[in-house]
Amino acid sequence: MLRLVNVNSYYSLVHVLRNLSLHVHQGEIVTLIGANGAGKSTTLRSISGLHPVKEGKIYFKDIDITNKPTEQLVKLGIAHVPEGRQIFRPMTVMDNLELGGFLIYKIHGKKQLKKSIDEMYELFPILRQRQNQYAGTLSGGEQQMLAIAMALMTKPEFILLDEPSMGLAPLIIREIFRVISELKNETGLTVLLVEQNANAALKIADRGYVMETGKIILEQDALSLLKNQEVKRAYLGRDKREIWE
Amino acid sequence: MQCWDNKNECMDRAEIEQLQLERLQATLNRVYKNVRHYRHLFRQIDFLPEDLNSLDKLSDLPLTTRQDLMDNYPYGMFAVPLREVVRILAPALTLDKPMVTGFTTNDLDRWAELMARNLTAVGVGKDDVVQISLNFGMVTGPFGVQLGAERSGASVIPVSGGNPSHQLKIMRDFRTTTLVSIPTFAMQLARTMESVGMESKMLSLRFGVFGSEPWPEDMRKSLEESLHITATDAYGLTEIFGPGVAWECPEKNGLHIPEDHFFPEIIDPVTLTPQPVGAEGELVITTLTKEAFPLIRFRTGDITKIDKSVCACKRTHSRIARIFKRSDDTIVMRGMSIIPGQIGLVLERINQAVPNYQLVVERKNHQDQLLVMVEISDRFFFDEMKKQRRFVEKLHRELSEFLGWEVSVKLVEPGTFDHSLNVVDKRQY
Repeated sequence: MLRLVNVNSYYSLVHVLRNLSLHVHQGEIVTLIGANGAGKSTTLRSISGLHPVKEGKIYFKDIDITNKPTEQLVKLGIAHVPEGRQIFRPMTVMDNLELGGFLIYKIHGKKQLKKSIDEMYELFPILRQRQNQYAGTLSGGEQQMLAIAMALMTKPEFILLDEPSMGLAPLIIREIFRVISELKNETGLTVLLVEQNANAALKIADRGYVMETGKIILEQDALSLLKNQEVKRAYLGRDKREIWE
Repeated sequence: MQCWDNKNECMDRAEIEQLQLERLQATLNRVYKNVRHYRHLFRQIDFLPEDLNSLDKLSDLPLTTRQDLMDNYPYGMFAVPLREVVRILAPALTLDKPMVTGFTTNDLDRWAELMARNLTAVGVGKDDVVQISLNFGMVTGPFGVQLGAERSGASVIPVSGGNPSHQLKIMRDFRTTTLVSIPTFAMQLARTMESVGMESKMLSLRFGVFGSEPWPEDMRKSLEESLHITATDAYGLTEIFGPGVAWECPEKNGLHIPEDHFFPEIIDPVTLTPQPVGAEGELVITTLTKEAFPLIRFRTGDITKIDKSVCACKRTHSRIARIFKRSDDTIVMRGMSIIPGQIGLVLERINQAVPNYQLVVERKNHQDQLLVMVEISDRFFFDEMKKQRRFVEKLHRELSEFLGWEVSVKLVEPGTFDHSLNVVDKRQY
């Protein structure tokens, strides 16, 4: 469904992504793990047109989407949930969701928008309770749920999730990941998930890529990555004692 | 046609190439980071792994030879620390430096998957009984077959090699359906059946998976007729996994090479230049998923050609032609690779000097025989018959012990054979 071939991106002179190639099949959850500064978020930003790609190609359903404006990608069915819960804090939950669904309103009208919002409330019941509250007053987990719900409003086929578990309590992380895998199973949503929390991400993912300084150093199915000692050492925080010995 | 892993075995060409590019980039990044040998090589040619942006560019990289593996003996080519290696196989013979391969848990898992693909392609399923008549310990083959057969759900009887009449008894009593062995051993079984008056209908055999020795089509025909089986070829290398590198499906139309795990190339063995698809040359393999022992452009020494067309069995991975020739003088017999230099080392140990010698391989009564001809010279001259006989006996004993089976030794006069030929292979293919 999504295919990156030799993508190169720069932050001014710094070469961030170096011939990065990866692919995501329809209905798959693929996770991108790696240390801070490996280029995971840049990869997502390059896909969604928020960061320019200098060389290489990105294909979505065999359409070349390299450096296409972000708003066109939304129409193609791609949604991006950026890092750090980018919601409109001074607005209510309901308003946020309506903003997420501006395309639906434009194309299908108000009825359809209402229906979509109801679906989101079903997916995240807590948001219904909070619908008239200002988004800034929500807890971290609720804000993350709202951010995901906003992205899902346009019914994307493909969603880019950037660190949904950042700064959240383990129980909330589990809840968010449960929703992600539920969406995959029920609606066939395809997910590219960037995570620091490799352990949790690999548990719901089908496949994973391990990134290091802008390069991919491993591509395997999630189960093998969980068993891979190199990954365990570097990203899952296990096996530490032995290294210190 | 049954597929073990439909998704991966039947993906279309574009998908294969995307996956290969991703895995190749990852592998190069890993070996550059973890294997000193490759880091050194890449630096010499000023190559950074992250610069590779097409599969074709792989052919700019240097080749890996068996000599490289020996130079980095024992652990130099490992890409993971020893604590992550769960199995080490060091089967093939050289006196001082055997071939070594290491496996992580994931490598073993992948090997099992590949062998399960092989056996399923042949037709083996959960209701089958697989008898492994390969020598455990001498070759890596049986371990892989066992992993794969167990993965595919079949019942496995690992009986090791030798003792045909005992093997036939097991085969009859346990209703073995699949025989995995070297082809000459299967021929031996067929002859033993004749001599003890056993008929093939008393057995439940359906499939034969044979390999690690060249076996021509007429041999396949006679095996299929005498044992009432479908006989298919399997190909592998100790340095890579053992079996599971390529295999035949019942179409018998070349050996499928799992391109999601290996990247095959064909080169001219003399000029070392890449050959176009369909041309004959030496097979060069790059591993794409091996963790413990990755190899970049490894020269197999086997002469074959690649066919990229889709097989009638719907599998899309390319196929290599059956292998009957080698680009070096390594002898492949009885499931082993014998490098003439190894025999030279044994002779040197006995004599303190290497005499002129020639190895002659023949197939007699469906079994491969090795004859070592040693030239008499001033240094190796014996005025007493007794001394000479003792010398020959010693050679015979040492060589047979080294290889694990009977070798014939003959002393010959100078000028009996052509010194430029180390090996004479009289087997007919």
